[in-house]
Amino acid sequence: MTDYRIKKHPILPIPEQAEIHFFWKGQLLSAQKGETVSAALFANGIRVFGHHHKDQSPQGIFCANGQCSQCMVMVDGIPIKACMEEVTAGIIVEPLDGFPILPKIEDIPGMNKIPEITTPVLIIGGGPAGLSAALELGKLGVEVILLDDKHRLGGKLVLQTHRFFGSTKAVFAGTRGIDIATKLEDELREFSCVDIWLNSTALAVFSDKKVGVLKNGDTYILIKPEILLVSSGAREKFITFNGNTLPGVYGAGAFQTLVNRDLVRPAEKLFIIGGGNVGLITGYHALQAGIGVVGLVEALPECGGYKVHKDKLMRLGVPIMTSHTILSANGKDKVESVTIAQVNDKFQPISGTEKSFECDSILVAVGLDPVNEFYKKGVEYGMKTFVAGDAEEIAEASAAIIAGKIRGLEIAQGLGLDVGSVPESLYRTSEILKSKPGANRKVEYPEIEEGVFPIIHCTQEIPCDPCSALCPHGLIFIDPKDIRSTPMFLGDGFCCEVCEQCVAGCPGLAITLVDYRSNLDMPIISVPYEFNRDPIQEKDIVTAMDTEGKPVGEFEVLSVHTIPTSDRTLVVHLQAPREIASRIAGIRMQESQITHPIDHYIQHLDDDMIVCRCERVKAGEIRSLIRQGIRDFNEIKTVTRAGMGSCGAKTCTSIIKRIFREEGIPDEEVTDQTKRPLFMEVSLGIFAGVNGDEDLIED
Amino acid sequence: MKTKLNFPHYDVIIIGAGSIGVPTAFFLAKSGFKVLVIDKFPSVGQGSSKRAIGGIRATHSDPAKIRLCLRSIEIYSTWKELYGDDIDWYKGGYTFVAYREREEKTLKELLRKQKEFGLNINWLNKHEFLEIVPDINPNGLLGGTYSPDDGSASPLLATHSFYRQAIDLGAVFHFNESVEEIIISNGKIKGVKTNLSIYETDLLINAAGPWAKQVAKLAEIDIPVNPDSHEAAITESVAHFLNPMVVDIRPQPGSSNFYFYQHSTGQIIFCITPKPNIWGFNVEETSEFLPMVAKRMIEIMPRLQNIRVRRTWRGLYPMTPDGFPIIGWAKNVEGFLHAAGTCGQGFMLGPGMGELLLRFVTNSLTEKDHEILPYVAPDRDFSGQELLK
Repeated sequence: MTDYRIKKHPILPIPEQAEIHFFWKGQLLSAQKGETVSAALFANGIRVFGHHHKDQSPQGIFCANGQCSQCMVMVDGIPIKACMEEVTAGIIVEPLDGFPILPKIEDIPGMNKIPEITTPVLIIGGGPAGLSAALELGKLGVEVILLDDKHRLGGKLVLQTHRFFGSTKAVFAGTRGIDIATKLEDELREFSCVDIWLNSTALAVFSDKKVGVLKNGDTYILIKPEILLVSSGAREKFITFNGNTLPGVYGAGAFQTLVNRDLVRPAEKLFIIGGGNVGLITGYHALQAGIGVVGLVEALPECGGYKVHKDKLMRLGVPIMTSHTILSANGKDKVESVTIAQVNDKFQPISGTEKSFECDSILVAVGLDPVNEFYKKGVEYGMKTFVAGDAEEIAEASAAIIAGKIRGLEIAQGLGLDVGSVPESLYRTSEILKSKPGANRKVEYPEIEEGVFPIIHCTQEIPCDPCSALCPHGLIFIDPKDIRSTPMFLGDGFCCEVCEQCVAGCPGLAITLVDYRSNLDMPIISVPYEFNRDPIQEKDIVTAMDTEGKPVGEFEVLSVHTIPTSDRTLVVHLQAPREIASRIAGIRMQESQITHPIDHYIQHLDDDMIVCRCERVKAGEIRSLIRQGIRDFNEIKTVTRAGMGSCGAKTCTSIIKRIFREEGIPDEEVTDQTKRPLFMEVSLGIFAGVNGDEDLIED
Repeated sequence: MKTKLNFPHYDVIIIGAGSIGVPTAFFLAKSGFKVLVIDKFPSVGQGSSKRAIGGIRATHSDPAKIRLCLRSIEIYSTWKELYGDDIDWYKGGYTFVAYREREEKTLKELLRKQKEFGLNINWLNKHEFLEIVPDINPNGLLGGTYSPDDGSASPLLATHSFYRQAIDLGAVFHFNESVEEIIISNGKIKGVKTNLSIYETDLLINAAGPWAKQVAKLAEIDIPVNPDSHEAAITESVAHFLNPMVVDIRPQPGSSNFYFYQHSTGQIIFCITPKPNIWGFNVEETSEFLPMVAKRMIEIMPRLQNIRVRRTWRGLYPMTPDGFPIIGWAKNVEGFLHAAGTCGQGFMLGPGMGELLLRFVTNSLTEKDHEILPYVAPDRDFSGQELLK
């Protein structure tokens, strides 16, 4: 069987793990100790984990986050979520076709009383916001319990292999997401007053002001905090298209988890829906993991993400098609191709513009919604509740770090600590970091081509400043009062020492150097490169790309090297004619064949746009009810069961709201659904205090 | 003689679009009445109806509820056949389990009465009980009652289906509208004033569930209906393994009884009666419910320990002092018909009660009706106690 593991990665270390074996449908398969059942199955190329009870549609990984139940399999006769349970030697894994049979148990297990504890501060979510808040409180010696449902802190930071944007001074800009997570965690671990509970999920905020927590995945505990901070991040929006639930259609979070955490290759050829930062960055992650990116569509006329992210992807050879949308994911049991079309100004597909591309996975990155149900409940039940990060407002991780800092200080004030007032500058920084991309200008080329010049291919106003801190002579200037301004090179051709720190350190890979000193007609260009070292060798001929990804010619590689501060980013030297040199911004990584459409377009036969994946409710059913006059979301639930399935309406809510809008119903006419606990399905035994591993019961 | 108010006139106005009001509207509309149903919630069944767990039994301890629920079972069980809508009816039966002599004695005493009323209910010994509920904890099991004709349906789907059928028959529903005044002239109902408009009628049915006392008060009528809240939950779906509802009437700290069944969707739905009662309108979820009920459920059925809980909620039981509903004409206000105080059994009483209310309106109460009406009469002595709640 093909091994779908990522064996080599330009940024991520590949840990050596002991090999173990398990059974899938009676077949002995290899797995690595410590990985999840889903990772083990994916590593063996298994993508279909079972079939839905209603329509026998294939089921597999969707959220990779323990939130839905699409990845359920039977392990030794017990139904489990494959993305949450660790694989162990000798287990018998079977697909779940239809409903699971509840295993027979004769004896009453030991049951403990559910512990109840109090704490001054409870933080739900150890991502950038929660970590930063905990740090502020830790410094002040405040006792905090910090919950995170993953096995390590950092939230989505731990899945980010790219360098971060934002402010170098305030929020670690220029450092890779994974490393920011480690830094924050290491710093936090210094404070013994902060109790970190990993693998622990908040399940509900109750009216008696207690928070029900699943600790360590197997013990139920009630926590009564004096102050609650909700920093539970965001969840992805989803959209409907024909075939949208085929295995191989993922959200960006799931894809990043599979690739950058589980280190498996869920795809060979990926197609991306959505040109926001998430879609663009995930495309980059895919390429880094050796996965081909066939293309990206964005319904708007412009990508919403940072231009540098978009340019970077285009330079690597990924076609970005704006004013395009997906029509269908095609295939029987898994994604085999995608069909897209151009849209008009009303976002309606234009007939005759349909195109199909061969791909085995489709990534949906069409925006995020705050995970704010705990915050809402906390407020409703009169708890002292704060919210920070994406749970409050969707923005970049850098903004979440500052928001966490601010909330930490506000919470300290709320506890009556004398911390003075929160510095006004923090609020200002927070606003800057949250801002959307601004105006765009043209790339500036040197007037007199001599000496050495950096070419700054970063032309859009975004909150980012690492380059200005990287130049040892301070020759790259960004207004420190407002880091949204674009960088400017202050020197002439004889100032730069070619340390190449700006080249290697720009998070957007948007700075090159043109060195005219040795050969005025054939200058040497320093280009950043963040991929595996092997595919590019000295004397190779590569396709050079301009800022926005247009090929400008084929040139020889002079050298590939690192610089002391480069942190895994390589610098490639190319030599190119003077007329072209300053326009070169990058090297195409993927061959253009992968991006070519199929010569005819593939039509999806069934009209099966699924809105509710759990209960297999189709868009047409919802639309027809709205047209019949239904305005209460709860009534839609009543009639169709949409939103009553295992994921707790996490996926369909945004789609149903969107259908209301598409039908021209204003938001204020729609009654929102009643949200009820639990956040995640948890077994009855855990609520009864059934003994798990006794060592884990500490309180 | 009608007072002309120049507002829309309806033959009957029902306050409350829930388990009682909606079937009643259906039967009235079917008989040609022009009906308006007013509800303060945004859509049908959003008060207590959607919070019901769906159990339907005729195995009560008094002739009134037995008769009404027997009729409800007939209606629910044939609904799909007659009207085409699947309401998840499942004839799984009800069991009341006994692990102690005290419960065995109570249930057997009750059984005698229930059999007198002609109910299909029997005592099963331990061996027989295990055949019906193979996963019940056999240790200390004495047996229990089993009534195979009882069952369950989806309150969400059923109420909604009644609603749609009622609309097709011409009934009018107003949602997001609250009755603020009941217009009475010379001791007779003349209409209602809501936050939006005025509607004329000579006949008003109070089917406002937990809010029935407040509605009656608008007509200066006092009825002893007070809500207490019960908490319930539903699990994921698993392959069918449990047929009947299982009721355990043993009191334990925090709860007086609890019950669960497997719905036709494969989900286990369970509910607990808190002890002491939690009076009032609060339906916010508490942290106490899940640990308490989970322990009780696993003790009685260890197999349940691996099933995942999906959702929890609280709902209101519109309680009367004696546990029986209040059905009948108000004494001092002509045209005011009580349909209240269903004590958490509104869903199983609904269709039967709806037909009975139609007979009130059409003045066609039968002899059999008159046999049971004293049990539910608005002016009865409420000091009696129901044997089996």
